[in-house]
Amino acid sequence: MTAALLTLAATSGHPTIPDVGVFAVAAAIVIAGAVGVVVARNPVHSALMLVMTLFGVAVLFVLQQANFLAAVQVIVYAGAIVVLFLFVIMFLGVDREEDIRAEPLRGQRPLAIALVVLGTTGLLLLGQVSKWTTGQPSVAGSDTGAPNVNLLGKSLYTTYLFPFEATSALLIIAVVGAVVLARRPPATSAEDAVDETPTDDVVTDRTPGAPEAPGTPGAVTTGAVATPAGADVDPADTEVDA
Amino acid sequence: MSISPAWYLGLSTVLFAIGAVGVLVRRNVLIMFMCVELMLNAANLAFVTFARTLHDIGGQVLVFFVLVVAAAEVVVGLGIVVAIFRRRASANADDLHLMKG
Amino acid sequence: MLHLTYLIILLPLVGFGILLAAGRRLGDPAAGWVGTIAVVASFAVSVGVYLSLLQVNAPVRSYGQDLWSWIPVDRLQVHAALYVDPLSMTMVLFITGISSLIHLYSIGYMKGDRDFPKFFLYMNLFVASMLILVLGSNLLVTFVGWEGVGTCSYWLVSFWFTRDSAASAGKKAFVYNRIGDVGFLLAIFLVWSKVHTFDYQVIFANIDKIGSANITAICLLLLVGVMGKSAQIPLFPWLADAMEGPTPVSALIHAATMVTAGVYLLCRVSPLLHASPSAELTIAIVGAATAFVAATIACAQQDIKKVLAYSTVSQLGYMFLAIGCGAYTAAIFLMVAHAFFKGLLFLGAGSVIHGLHDEQDLKRMGNLRAYLPITFITFAIGWLCIAAVPPLSGFWAKGDILDNTWAAHPGLWVVGIVTAALTAYYMSRLTGLAFFGRDRWAGADDGPVPDAAHAHHADGHSSEPHESPWIMTVPLWILSFFAAVAGVMAISGSRFSLANWVDPVFGSNLFHDNLSSSAEWTLAIIDAVVAIVFVLIGLRLWSTRSERPALEASFLRGAWYINELYDTVFGRPSERLAAFCADVVDPKVIDGAVNGVAGAFRGSGSLLRRTQTGYVRNYLVGIMFGAVVILGFMLTRMWWG
Repeated sequence: MTAALLTLAATSGHPTIPDVGVFAVAAAIVIAGAVGVVVARNPVHSALMLVMTLFGVAVLFVLQQANFLAAVQVIVYAGAIVVLFLFVIMFLGVDREEDIRAEPLRGQRPLAIALVVLGTTGLLLLGQVSKWTTGQPSVAGSDTGAPNVNLLGKSLYTTYLFPFEATSALLIIAVVGAVVLARRPPATSAEDAVDETPTDDVVTDRTPGAPEAPGTPGAVTTGAVATPAGADVDPADTEVDA
Repeated sequence: MSISPAWYLGLSTVLFAIGAVGVLVRRNVLIMFMCVELMLNAANLAFVTFARTLHDIGGQVLVFFVLVVAAAEVVVGLGIVVAIFRRRASANADDLHLMKG
Repeated sequence: MLHLTYLIILLPLVGFGILLAAGRRLGDPAAGWVGTIAVVASFAVSVGVYLSLLQVNAPVRSYGQDLWSWIPVDRLQVHAALYVDPLSMTMVLFITGISSLIHLYSIGYMKGDRDFPKFFLYMNLFVASMLILVLGSNLLVTFVGWEGVGTCSYWLVSFWFTRDSAASAGKKAFVYNRIGDVGFLLAIFLVWSKVHTFDYQVIFANIDKIGSANITAICLLLLVGVMGKSAQIPLFPWLADAMEGPTPVSALIHAATMVTAGVYLLCRVSPLLHASPSAELTIAIVGAATAFVAATIACAQQDIKKVLAYSTVSQLGYMFLAIGCGAYTAAIFLMVAHAFFKGLLFLGAGSVIHGLHDEQDLKRMGNLRAYLPITFITFAIGWLCIAAVPPLSGFWAKGDILDNTWAAHPGLWVVGIVTAALTAYYMSRLTGLAFFGRDRWAGADDGPVPDAAHAHHADGHSSEPHESPWIMTVPLWILSFFAAVAGVMAISGSRFSLANWVDPVFGSNLFHDNLSSSAEWTLAIIDAVVAIVFVLIGLRLWSTRSERPALEASFLRGAWYINELYDTVFGRPSERLAAFCADVVDPKVIDGAVNGVAGAFRGSGSLLRRTQTGYVRNYLVGIMFGAVVILGFMLTRMWWG
């Protein structure tokens, strides 16, 4: 496989200095950002490192003539998803630092390292020895010959029309799901009329815009007992709001 | 066209590995999520590499879809995190072990 | 009429079926008549078949009737087929004839019994099975009948199963039979492995293919089977215990028919026996030894039926002695004569028991000839027959056997003549104690009640013995007539000659004693003298006194303590083994294994449950692990194709 790729690469000329430089820098950014995401104690820092990684990946996309995708990556990923992350971090107030040195689960860390190392070596080896399976040159058409956007659009709306439509349905469902998940429980439902409804509204209804103070117990719903943050909550009264 | 795809694939693998380690080691749910995003990005990188090498636009289309699905997944996932947080005021994955056998 | 052979078996089976379905409704005595008529009809058909067979004038008269293909499996082709020849015809005639008489007798004997219809049901099934046994044309059909009679014997011996001794006697009979059956089955397997057929005629045609060692093995294994069925040493103890059954059962099964199945079988396989002189000698020795031992035991028994039981064992020993000498016709002669006079003796004993309100102890009988005249006369005829007093049938039959023994194995002749003396003696002892001497039966209510059927007689009746009703005495008369005149079968060349009729079946396998006329006369005179002298001795000794301890050694009364021997050697160890299995193997090993499997699963479940920690991160590790495994699989596929 790699042999095939190498010959392919070889026929299209050898790397130029700008190419190599850009690649090296972008790769460094990506790796640094990734390590930062994993290592940072503050979640906000993690999110910012993630943005760095995404930018690096976008650069790598451009380097591979996937221009449109690079743009989409920056706009959607870095622009929307990470922002969403930051919103939630701020909203929930979980920007506390977490002690990364301690590991409560036994054997988790060594196992994790071992498995990941094994997996990586396996993947790399696989790259060495795997073979191209069918002789077909391409599945969805060439990636040259027309501007990237045109090719992508054509492919999306003809060959991959059904997945496209399905994905749009998925998006709608996701939005609906998110709305349902995140709303507060309805205040005037008949079942909780007895002892919970009025207090529920008063106690949990914060003034709009006021963030919850970090370190204080978050909002609780019907029948729950407030506990200090980080401690185990008594399982008996754990319910997930629908 | 000039950097051999092997480098890109290697980078993708390393990125994936880092993301995997992050998911397994970190306890904060949101950071675990971000590490999952890292892994997805590694996959995207690999797809684009192959699209270039094999001259097949399908790779890029797939990246497109991965992007969309990742977005949807983050939305719903964060919604769940918010819902859980409302109950227990903790975003620690280790606090959610009620399904213990 | 030959084509109606199957009816001989079918009619008793129909009787069985009717009684099975409607016996309880028919009740006493209709059920008995149904059973009797079925067997009488079978007898009528057998007479017809006999007459038709006589018409067949071939050197060896035979007729085969293939009823249906029973086991059609590739190489194993077995037909349900019947084979009629003089040997089987002889058996069929006396089986059905004597069965008819005993069925008639039983209507009177079993009157009032709670399970009256069930008795005739079993009896009909028994007759059908016995007929299947003798009419079968291959070993498997014979074996079906063999097992059938064993089963019916079990049912009939333990007929009054609420009595412990009866239930256990039935079990004992069946178990001893079964031990013999193992030998029979092994013989069948051996035959199959050599000639791949069970049909008698085909086996005999292919004898040279079997090989002499195998033939001896087959014969000895058949002998084991015969030892069980015909109560020879060492499997004879069951017959004495089987006297727990009602007397007609003892008469039919344990005197006339079932126990003669062994004789029939060995006669049927005469070509095989002839081909193995060592097996023949073994049979002769076993027969002679059994005859002697059983006769000694009979000399000391107190129960009238037990004397007759051991007498049966002894007479069967004679028949096997004859077979062992190759004198098949002589064996058959004694078998037929014995069926008549032993059946007669048993029925007479039943009449005595009935008349005395269920008294079986000889020491409590006496002078019955004054009260039971018909029974006495008929019994006396039977007594003199078995003692081999001329000119009754027993003299001719036993004489025939002793002549052949003298010619073949003179040593065994000595055993035979001694046993003949003992036979005369103990039968005379029996007759003397029962019918002569003082009245010792006074008081019918002291002592146990062996025959539950007659319990109702014990109260209200006069304790004086009474003669039996006509329904019981008519069979006695008929049997005594035949017992007396059956000797005509010895007259060679006559119309009644058994030799003319049956000899061709055996052909060259038959042993001819070829004694000179003077030798024959000498032996005959010896037989007669021995018989008469010992009859007189026995009668003299036992009609005057009922207690002679010197002559009734406890060793003999205890049947050479063979039951105790078997108990020690087989019984106790088996019990210990069974207890071991029940207490150790069953709860610990078997239950332990089953529970252990459950426990193992429970344990492994608990172990595996530890992976369900509830922590998402642990599950993620699991996912990674799976991914690594798949990766590894793909790698190995890449490397090794």
